[in-house]
Amino acid sequence: MSDDIAICTQDLVKRFRTLRGMVTAVNGVTLQVRRGETYGLIGPDGAGKTTTTRVILGLLKRTAGESSVLGYDSMRNTYEIRERVGYIAQQFALPADLTVQENMRFFADIQDVSAEEQQRRIPELLEFAGLTHFTKRLAGRLSGGMKKKLALACSLVHEPQVVLLDEPTLGVDPVSRREFWNLLGNLRAEKGLTIFVCTPYMDEAERCSRVGLMYQGRLIAHDSPKMIKRLVPGRLLEFTPSNFVPARQIVTGMEGVLEVQTYGVMLHLFVDDVARRRQEIAGALAAQGITCVGMREIEPRMEEAFISLIRRQSDQSHGV
Amino acid sequence: MARDTVFGGARKSWKRVSALMRKEFTQLLRDWRTLVMILVAPLLEMFLLAYAVSLTVDHIPTVIADLSLDTRSRDFVNALEISGFFDVDLYVADESEVIRAIDEGRARAGVVIPPDFSVHIERGDAQVLLLLDGSDAFTLQSGYGAALAIAQAQATELMMEKISRRGAFDIGQLPISTSTRILYNPDMDDMTFIIPALAAMLVQVVAVGMTAMSVVREREVGTIEQLLVTPVRPLELIVGKLTPNILIAAIDLACVILFGNLWFGVAFKGDLWLFVWLSLVFIISGLGLGLLVSTVTRTQKEAQQATAVLMLVAMMLSGFIYPRAPMPPLVRAVGNLIPLTYFNNIIRGIVTKGVGLTFIWHDTLVLIGYAILVMLLAALTFKKRLD
Repeated sequence: MSDDIAICTQDLVKRFRTLRGMVTAVNGVTLQVRRGETYGLIGPDGAGKTTTTRVILGLLKRTAGESSVLGYDSMRNTYEIRERVGYIAQQFALPADLTVQENMRFFADIQDVSAEEQQRRIPELLEFAGLTHFTKRLAGRLSGGMKKKLALACSLVHEPQVVLLDEPTLGVDPVSRREFWNLLGNLRAEKGLTIFVCTPYMDEAERCSRVGLMYQGRLIAHDSPKMIKRLVPGRLLEFTPSNFVPARQIVTGMEGVLEVQTYGVMLHLFVDDVARRRQEIAGALAAQGITCVGMREIEPRMEEAFISLIRRQSDQSHGV
Repeated sequence: MARDTVFGGARKSWKRVSALMRKEFTQLLRDWRTLVMILVAPLLEMFLLAYAVSLTVDHIPTVIADLSLDTRSRDFVNALEISGFFDVDLYVADESEVIRAIDEGRARAGVVIPPDFSVHIERGDAQVLLLLDGSDAFTLQSGYGAALAIAQAQATELMMEKISRRGAFDIGQLPISTSTRILYNPDMDDMTFIIPALAAMLVQVVAVGMTAMSVVREREVGTIEQLLVTPVRPLELIVGKLTPNILIAAIDLACVILFGNLWFGVAFKGDLWLFVWLSLVFIISGLGLGLLVSTVTRTQKEAQQATAVLMLVAMMLSGFIYPRAPMPPLVRAVGNLIPLTYFNNIIRGIVTKGVGLTFIWHDTLVLIGYAILVMLLAALTFKKRLD
């Protein structure tokens, strides 16, 4: 394995024994995260993102395949990994009845950070997370966004080379989310930190240098966000019909319309040829007395690409 | 080099354990409500239980149907009342009314004295009917015993009186009398019997409950995952979490014993240090049991219920109240699974009898083995991973 790989899995499989038999949560995932990049593992709830992360960290036993962090095997060298990575669990919880400062000290002690180093790092990290004025506040009394920032600060106190964040902005307001991601951006730029993040949010996926798309335990695509968006055939047309339900029925199955997605009161159509189909669609709808407002071509975003890729995957697996 | 890493490993390990212990202590002291509960509840429970679990029943409310109403019958009723076991608060006309009074719960014992009581006494065939409420075993036992003794005492007195009237002035004593000496507990004081075992039981509740709850709570709120992903080893986690609990349980035990001594006058007769060391073993076995409970339960509620069931079993089968000798073998075997069973013998041995290790070595050995086994089992089943 080359030195610039931070996280690596090879045909990783994880099955759970449940009351209704075996469930395959992770089904042959192969991925590589390079040092210094921000890798986003994206996918709907239940896709297997959390399980993959936990297996990589050695929190769960893998059923088959390989997984390693910084060259250390997830199962055999668990403690070497744990001294070198930071992690924020999805249902993360720092002891709520300890103050911000006590939490920082606790995790620093656990990670064997010397007293002198703590004197230097803890104020620095609190400053960086914007928590300097809250050192004496109990962790349980912080706002959702501040809790996440404290968790991030705690997970960085031993200066790890890699951090794994499992849906770190779940239940956080949009402003705090933006702040959190700005922190991550700074970390990557300043310290060359490798960031592995699971998220269901597509806007967060756009901020990653590379993403892996997970669906039903499989990695169905992995590339840069730009390349992922190119995987979707056709171009994207957006408009607001005056009568939504019949309009959707009419355009679905029209020649040249590859895919129909709904977006609020708008329809998003993937078409093979924008100039040509635009006229045909407007005409077909007008014939039924439906008018179209603001019809235009837009750049596909991760969201459209994601839905399209998942649909194709699900069609394949159902043999359609 | 290898020595360096071993030394370095031990240093890091100690640092992690002490960080965990500091965290636990900080949390414990901050959560003062729980702390007060843990420290005060056993004392409160001791007071309540010690008075409630009084094994002899006296001042039994009693109903009398005296159909003679002569001096002899009045003497007998007086004797019942003077004994302190019976409180006569109701006089009725006949037997059926006595039964009704007991039915209605106005009395728990009834005495029917037939007509012409003195005449029958002179003839030597007098009978008194004693009716007891059998729905309460302790009242039944105490009342029966007391009434029998009172009647016999009266009869003896009358007999002596009769003999002396016939002219034999000095007949001395009855030919046989028993002389009883109660060892260790000369005043037959229930407290001497109950308090030490009660102390042991309360401490077991605290040790098992506190440990199970604290581990399950961490798992429930999710702090355990954040801890497991640090370099902390499972054994360090156990030691760090349990040490504060040992201290709390020890303080509890000391408080209960001290209060038993000061309030209930239960003397501490044996070797204090021997008691301290064996208590430590007992507490550790309780903590191990708590850890086991935490591995089989998922939520705090489940942990609480499992602890409650365990305590009920401990109370019934450890010999705390009910003697273990008459229990069927299977039931006794269940009692053997609880450390309290062994510690009951130890604490009664040391505190009440004042005996040394030579007399309780068997229970001591079993208790030590138990503590080691349960800790080992807990450490093995303590989940290193999340699955």
